[in-house]
Amino acid sequence: MSTDLSDPVFGPDARGHFGPYGGRFVAETLMGPLDELEQAFRSSWADPAFRAQFDRDLAHYVGRPSPLYLAERLSRELGGAQIYFKREDLNHTGAHKVNNTIGQALLAAQMGKTRIIAETGAGQHGVASATVAARLGLECVVYMGAEDIARQAPNVYRMKLLGAEVVPVTSGTRTLKDALNEALRDWVTNVDNTFYIIGTVAGPAPYPEMVREFQTVIGREARAQCLEMTGRLPDALIACVGGGSNAIGLFHPFIADKDVRMIGVEAAGDGLNTKRHAASLCAGRPGVLHGNRTYLLQDDNGQVSGTHSVSAGLDYPGVGPEHAWLKDCHRAEYVGIDDKEALAAFHRVTRTEGIIPALESSHALAQAIKMAPDMSPDQILLVNLSGRGDKDVNTIADLENIQL
Amino acid sequence: MNRIDACFERLKAEGRAALVPYLTAGDPDADTTLELLHQMVEAGADIVELGVPFSDPMADGPTIQLACERALDAGMSLRGTLDIARRFRMTNSDTPLVLMGYLNPVEAMGSAAFVAAAKEAGVDGVLSVDLAVEEADTLVPELEAADIAPIFLVAPTTSDARIRKMGEVGRGYLYYVSLKGVTGSAQLDVDSVSSRITAIRSLTGLPIAVGFGIRTPEHAAAIAAVADAVVVGSALVEIVAEHAEDRARMCQLVRERAAALADATHGAARA
Ligand SMILES: Cc1ncc(COP(=O)(O)O)c(C=O)c1O
Repeated sequence: MSTDLSDPVFGPDARGHFGPYGGRFVAETLMGPLDELEQAFRSSWADPAFRAQFDRDLAHYVGRPSPLYLAERLSRELGGAQIYFKREDLNHTGAHKVNNTIGQALLAAQMGKTRIIAETGAGQHGVASATVAARLGLECVVYMGAEDIARQAPNVYRMKLLGAEVVPVTSGTRTLKDALNEALRDWVTNVDNTFYIIGTVAGPAPYPEMVREFQTVIGREARAQCLEMTGRLPDALIACVGGGSNAIGLFHPFIADKDVRMIGVEAAGDGLNTKRHAASLCAGRPGVLHGNRTYLLQDDNGQVSGTHSVSAGLDYPGVGPEHAWLKDCHRAEYVGIDDKEALAAFHRVTRTEGIIPALESSHALAQAIKMAPDMSPDQILLVNLSGRGDKDVNTIADLENIQL
Repeated sequence: MNRIDACFERLKAEGRAALVPYLTAGDPDADTTLELLHQMVEAGADIVELGVPFSDPMADGPTIQLACERALDAGMSLRGTLDIARRFRMTNSDTPLVLMGYLNPVEAMGSAAFVAAAKEAGVDGVLSVDLAVEEADTLVPELEAADIAPIFLVAPTTSDARIRKMGEVGRGYLYYVSLKGVTGSAQLDVDSVSSRITAIRSLTGLPIAVGFGIRTPEHAAAIAAVADAVVVGSALVEIVAEHAEDRARMCQLVRERAAALADATHGAARA
């Protein structure tokens, strides 16, 4: 594999590095288990029987392929590019997260692990983990920041219905990054019987590559669907970036298509000129957190900053190392969309297309709404609609002072 | 000679193990940390470990997590920690001082600047919890050039091949993590530690320290019988946390606990 941009099979190297990013920076106890995981992943991913099982589950349990949908009314209103949605919101459990948890849970079962742990921000990854754990009869513990538990109540209850234990994390900033710390601490302690399902393309090697491989089904389908429906490739791909898994899943199969722009949308919260945002690629600098080197929001002393976004799933001070490398190589562009813009896009898409998008995905939609009017009707924007907004209904109602 | 090597040479001649107490720098403030370091040395500590507070201490249990939060809230940083080390050296020229922490504050400062400042402050060893030996091309060459010991953790899950590599790349001592878990866990299994140490000794000539889960003089004595050094952290940090309102009492209790641990460590009959 290669980290050379002219090579379409883009990274990581044998040590899990994407250029200077990635790697494996964890407590020593986890180094051996990560080696085992990497071996299990490599042999399973090369095994046609494993791949067939994964594909079957994606087809019959998740409901893939997810449609590519032309948002006609929205495109017409904006009067520019044709906007297509990749409908990950229609997946079982309501987001792209399940593509990854299906893959990792199959691996867990194959490795003989009986217990699954996961971290979650918006609760989508927690729900997707609890779901696959229920299906395979595995014990499941989900770590979730106390602040996120308060703002994603429907998902917390879903996880409990599915039989998972949801552990509130009260250390640090009480959000996703602290949930990740706590999951790592659990894993160090229970490493013999426990499989840690990381929910995004971050963490120590092999997670960024492994999660990417499970998520690239998004981009492979979207590429084929776009060619079939329009006879050409899109002009630009747009996806929101928390840790970056839905974005990498969409982008990666297009990396060699040099004319396709790739635009990652980070959460600008109250604005990139304030301290209250979560845009690590737009406003951070390289550092080491959660097992990998990547762009981080941090202070001058190397302490990781608290973040803010209206969307819990984007509220993370780091980002997957492959995005850091795509940024430095100028293959992908990263921009910020603030809370207000995301909320406006949420309402607009709900009203014009009859689709209630997740607040995370609303950031990507807002970027499309910004760009489309300056483009021509024969151009194509392909937006990853990474999840549905049912989980956010309480948050939106609260923000608008509506009692449910 | 590096102070750590000199210390182990002397202890070997005396047939004793070392007591290595740990405190988080700046918990509750720099002056108190400095005072506690001196008190622990007077009580018999052979090497001191100074924790660099970090916002995301993923290998630490609640006791040291909270110590990090208190220290950071009070304004402590890597530079502040180095300043405590520098002040410690003004009146103590022989007790080895080791910094223990996470990589990001070091990277934020810059490896070269950090190593230069650590050298000037009189730091003898650096242990970065999340710097695996595979990634050691980052900081280790600079440490080596400054005669500061890069210290690596060995876990119950570490392979023989990697222990050998740590033995080659590491200096000072190897730090054996006595259990699968975070700092402050209470499930020390002396027999399994003892058989692991025998295995590690066959792979490296470096002295072996044992830490994570050692709380009492009884634990310390049992570990000192088989290891070259006994590291105690959370049990001391707890005293600091409990007596934040009464510095005099805090110092007295830390000193007493360190003395009891030192007596047990030094008195252990060694094979
Ligand atoms: C619907 C949805 N989209 C996006 C994200 C962000 O994650 P990632 O950047 O890994 O796709 C989340 C995370 O919870 C999510 O629930």
